[in-house]
Amino acid sequence: MRDVAIVSFANHITSHAEGDDVEMLVPVITEALRAANLKKKEIGFTVSGSCDYLGGRPFSFVMALDAVGAWPPIEESHVEMDGAFALYEAWVRLQHGDIDTALIYAFGRSTTGSTRDVLATQLDPYVMAPLWPDSVGLAALQARAMLDAGTCTEREMAQVAARSRRSKKPGPGAHTFAEMQAGDLLGLPYTTAPLRAHDCAPDSDGVAAMVLVAGDRAKKLTSRPAWIRGIDHRIEAHQLGVRDLTKSVSTALAAEKAGALGKSFDVAEIHAPFSHQEILVRKALGLAGDVEINPSGGALVGNPYIVAGLDRIGEAARRIHDGSAKSAVAHATSGPCLQQNLVCVLSEG
Amino acid sequence: MGNRCAVIGIGQTRHAAKRDDLSIAGLVRDAALRALEDAGLTFKDIDAVVIGKAPDMFEGVMMPELYLADALGAVGKPMLRVHTAGSVGGSTAVVAAHLIQSGIHERVLTVAFEKQSESDAMWALSPKYPFQPPLVAGAGGFFAPIVRSYMRRSNAPLEVGMQVAVKDRLNALKNPNAHLHMADISMDKVKASPMLWDPIRYLETCPSSDGACAMVLASESAAKKAPHKPAWVRGTSVRTEPGMFAGRDQINPQAGRDCAKDLYAQAGITNPRKEIDVAEIYVPFSWFEPMWMENLGFAELDTGWKMVADGATSMTGDLPVNPSGGVLSTNPIGASGMIRFAEAAMQVRGQAGEHQIDGARMAIGHAYGGASQFFAMWCVSSEAG
Repeated sequence: MRDVAIVSFANHITSHAEGDDVEMLVPVITEALRAANLKKKEIGFTVSGSCDYLGGRPFSFVMALDAVGAWPPIEESHVEMDGAFALYEAWVRLQHGDIDTALIYAFGRSTTGSTRDVLATQLDPYVMAPLWPDSVGLAALQARAMLDAGTCTEREMAQVAARSRRSKKPGPGAHTFAEMQAGDLLGLPYTTAPLRAHDCAPDSDGVAAMVLVAGDRAKKLTSRPAWIRGIDHRIEAHQLGVRDLTKSVSTALAAEKAGALGKSFDVAEIHAPFSHQEILVRKALGLAGDVEINPSGGALVGNPYIVAGLDRIGEAARRIHDGSAKSAVAHATSGPCLQQNLVCVLSEG
Repeated sequence: MGNRCAVIGIGQTRHAAKRDDLSIAGLVRDAALRALEDAGLTFKDIDAVVIGKAPDMFEGVMMPELYLADALGAVGKPMLRVHTAGSVGGSTAVVAAHLIQSGIHERVLTVAFEKQSESDAMWALSPKYPFQPPLVAGAGGFFAPIVRSYMRRSNAPLEVGMQVAVKDRLNALKNPNAHLHMADISMDKVKASPMLWDPIRYLETCPSSDGACAMVLASESAAKKAPHKPAWVRGTSVRTEPGMFAGRDQINPQAGRDCAKDLYAQAGITNPRKEIDVAEIYVPFSWFEPMWMENLGFAELDTGWKMVADGATSMTGDLPVNPSGGVLSTNPIGASGMIRFAEAAMQVRGQAGEHQIDGARMAIGHAYGGASQFFAMWCVSSEAG
C-alpha cells in the first residue's frame, strides 16, 4: 500500500448553524487547504459525505459543491455516509499512484429537524420503520442489554460523560454543559431509561474538511503529517434481533484488519453518540488502560450527524500534527446501535 | 489506474414500472444473485460491496444500504454507499473498480438500484430551495430549454429526437430485461404523443422504472478463475462541474469533454469513432443522444444530429448507441448508469443475446447527472490490453 497522510484538518462544530452548508463549509475548506500549503487547483480528488434526509431535500451535495468551486471541472465523488467513509474512498483513490492529493469534506446539520426521529426512517422500511423507534430508544435498548449483561454500569456511563465534558474545548457557538462529577450526573432523571441526558449526544451542526497527501509530498508540505497506517470498515446485520448488542463485532473486525489490535496508542478518538457505546467500542478496539480517550470531548459534546465520524479522525490527526501524540486510533460509526464501523490507525512516522 | 480489473459477472432484474412482487431488498438481491451466478461465485467469495442509488427520497428510506446489508451478503464486510445524482450508477462502478485497481480487494460486488414505484420521482426532483424560484417541473422541465438551445445552435431538424426515440424502443424489443416493449413504435406515434416540455414529447422521455443491476469486479488473478470470458476495464473516469454559472456551456459541458478525454487516454484511444465498437450512453430525453455524440468526441460540434439522421447510431450503423434500448426504454434512475456500464461489458463479453453487436471488442459506458454536471464513464474491452 502507498503511504498516505492526513496533512491538515479543519472543523466547525456548533449548537446551531449560523449559515447554510456552503457558508459553513467555505471557511473550513479554505483553512484545510491553507494548512496543507495547497491551492484548490492542486487537489487531485475531491470527495464528500452528506445526507439528504437531514435537510429534507434531495441532492444536498450538489448545492454544497459551490464551497469547492468545481471549475475547471474536478475529479469528484460523494458518499451518502459519514465523512469518514469519504476519507476511505479518497485513501483508496490515492493508492492508484497517478494523483497525490485529495480533499475530503463533510457537512451535517442535525438541528434542522428532529434527528432522532429522522433516523427512524433509516430502519428496515417494512418491519421496523413503521414502528418509528427513534435512535435514542434503540440505543437505550442496547444500554439495557449491556447493563443486564454486566458489561457496563450506569456509573461508568456517567464517568464517560463527565470526562467528555471536562475535555471539551471552548469554541465559538459550541454547546455548553455544566461541569459535573459522575456522582452528581447519576442523581439526574432518566430521559429514555436507562439513558440520562448526559448519556446522549446533543444535536449539533457542523462541517469538517481534511487534506490527504501521498508519499514524500506529504513530508514536503507539512512538518508533521499523520500517516494512515491502517484503515478498514465493516458492517453488521441490520435487524437488531440477530445481533448481540453488547458486542461490536464489526469494530473488532475493522480494528483487526486496520492493524489496531494489540498496539498501544497515545490517543483514541471514538465516535460514540451514547456513553455506553464508548465503553463498547473501547473493548472492541482492545485499548490499553493508559490511552487518552476522546481528548476532543467526542460526540457527546458535539455530534453533527455525518460529520462526527470524520471529526474523530481529524481530531486524532490534530494531536499528531501538533506533536502532542505519536500514535492514535480513530473510530467512526453509522447505523442503529453501531451497525457499521470504521477504524483508522494514525502514526507520526 | 493501478492493477487490472475485470467484469466477471453481470446481473440485471427484469425492469418494469412496478415490481410489486419484490421488496427493495428482494430487488437488489435478485440482481446480485444473477451477477454471482454469472461469475460462478457465492456471496462468501465477495470481499466488499459498493452500492449506489439516486436520492433516498425516491423510496423514502434514509441510507437504505444499512438495511440492505443482509440481503447483499455484506455482513462482516466493507460496504460503501455512493450518491452522485443521475451519474451514480456509473460512479458506483468506478468506486468498485478502484477497490480492485488499488489492489485492496480481489472480488467486489457492486449494485445499483431504484424502486421508483415506492415514491414519486417528479416530486422528489422538484424541491423548494430557499431563495430560489421553485421549478416544480422535474428533470424534463429543467432539460427542455437546453434541448431547444441545442436545436437552435445546430439547426437540427425536429425529427432527430423522434428518430432516437424510435430507434431505442426498437432496440429494446431485442432486450428481454427492458421495461418498455413497444412493438408498434413509429415516428407517427412519437409525433402524436403529448407535448410535455416543449420540444420534448411524451415518447421522447424515459419511463419510471423499478430495477437493479449488479456486477462482480475482479482482479486479474480472480478473473482468470472465472467461468466466463471477462470484460477488461481499460479506463474509468469521473468529472464534476458546477451546475450554474455565467458562460457555462450546458449543451456541451466541459466536465463531460474532460471525462471522455481522460478515459480515452487511459484506454489508448485516439480516434473514438473508429476504435469504439459500441456505446451505451445515458439518454433520458431523446435529444441527449446527438448532444452526447458531440460531447464524447464522436462528432464535431453541432453535427451530432447527423449521426442520428444518417443511422450511424443504429444497430447496423458504424457506432451503435444503446443497443439495449437505453434509458429511454428502462430507467430505474440510480441503476440507469450502472446498466449502461454493464451493457457495455455484456457487448464485449458477447453475452448481449439478440441485441449483441457482432464482434464488439471495445465499448464505453456513460452516465451523467445533476444539471449535466456529473459525469462517470468507463471503457471495457474483450482484450486486457
